Amino acid sequence: MAEAVIRTASQIAEREGLIEVTEVNVRLGEIQQVDLEVFKFALSQLKTQELKKARFNIRRAEARFRCRACGCEWLFSADELDEEAREAVHFIPEAAHTFVRCPECGSRDFEFTSGRGVWIESIKGVRE
Amino acid sequence: MKIDPRISLIEERLKGIRRVIAVSSGKGGVGKSLVSSALALTLARRGLRTGLFDMDFTSPASHIILGVGDAQPEEADGIVPPVVHGLKYMSIIHYVHDRASPLRGVDLSNVVTELLAVTIWGKLDFLVIDMPPGISDVVLDVLRLIRKAEFLVVTTPSRLAFETVRKLIDLLLELGVPVLGVIENMKMGSSDRIRREVEGRGLNFWGEVPFDPRLEESIGDAGRLMRTEFGRAIERMAAEKLGIT
Ligand SMILES: Nc1ncnc2c1ncn2[C@@H]1O[C@H](COP(=O)(O)OP(=O)(O)OP(=O)(O)O)[C@@H](O)[C@H]1O
Ligand SMILES: [Mg+2]
Ligand SMILES: [Zn+2]
Repeated sequence: MAEAVIRTASQIAEREGLIEVTEVNVRLGEIQQVDLEVFKFALSQLKTQELKKARFNIRRAEARFRCRACGCEWLFSADELDEEAREAVHFIPEAAHTFVRCPECGSRDFEFTSGRGVWIESIKGVRE
Repeated sequence: MKIDPRISLIEERLKGIRRVIAVSSGKGGVGKSLVSSALALTLARRGLRTGLFDMDFTSPASHIILGVGDAQPEEADGIVPPVVHGLKYMSIIHYVHDRASPLRGVDLSNVVTELLAVTIWGKLDFLVIDMPPGISDVVLDVLRLIRKAEFLVVTTPSRLAFETVRKLIDLLLELGVPVLGVIENMKMGSSDRIRREVEGRGLNFWGEVPFDPRLEESIGDAGRLMRTEFGRAIERMAAEKLGIT
């Protein structure tokens, strides 16, 4: 996903006419349990020319689920899952519907209210 | 602002694929999974680099048809699908196995996007997609995310099936999306109503596939599937209509 962030940041920079990006604000959802240090390292390795001086501010977004059947909200932690389920949710967060149930009513009909995926919140830079 | 970086990666991931064929219908139970499996096997057996992507995330079936077993993808800055019967094979079953995956529309959309963004297909001549029934989330996502997708539409002779199939066709034509052709599956009787409806819309009628009572016995055995009347009919059509030798 680091590759996707770099790619998208470059595209936004180009679209906005930035010759040099100084700051990229990224949110990293916790559902997929991406290791922050590994992610930061991957970003630094992949930086393209216009991103060379950019500072990547990465903020985590906690994994929150809400049950559609009973309304219960809870914080999800992948530590409760076995190896196979953890890996499934890492690659496809929606696999949570296969491996996780609402702690109150047991339903699998819940939504992710926070913490799904990686996204770019804003980019700052220098215009020509 | 909330920009999803996966979208920019998808284009890159699909760059090495020459043609994408989405086997769809709108209607359920008409034979999409069997047609897409037999089509992909035909292409692979002719030495073409072929992938099969099962996009029916709540009721995948192609793994049963092909007898995929426990082949697993590999992780390498993305996911490299395993090769099954000469096909690069991607399905949610690699992750959820034989368990239920109850997913709503937004989830289906996320699964399509996620898998398109992470799957490393490499160079392919054809990527065949086994589409779910319905004209909703996954169809709309394929239209949105895979600009080069061509649709191969499956119907049965039933007026009830074609009523929905016709709506999908009309939608695709309205959007200017290429419709490769229409297959009339489970043919019994001799009415040429479907052929006339299809050709009347200026589309290519790929032909009829007879109802084959032996088909069920071949499920799970790819070699046997291709020796059935069904398998041979799909092979013949693909060879003729896609111009492969
Ligand atoms: N030509 C045929 N002759 C006999 N049986 C057939 C034929 N084509 C398909 N079938 C049978 O019809 C059923 C549905 O086939 P299949 O699963 O491929 O349809 P589908 O369109 O993918 O369904 P879904 O909409 O649920 O994904 C299967 O049991 C299959 O064996
Ligand atoms: Mg199917
Ligand atoms: Zn609940």
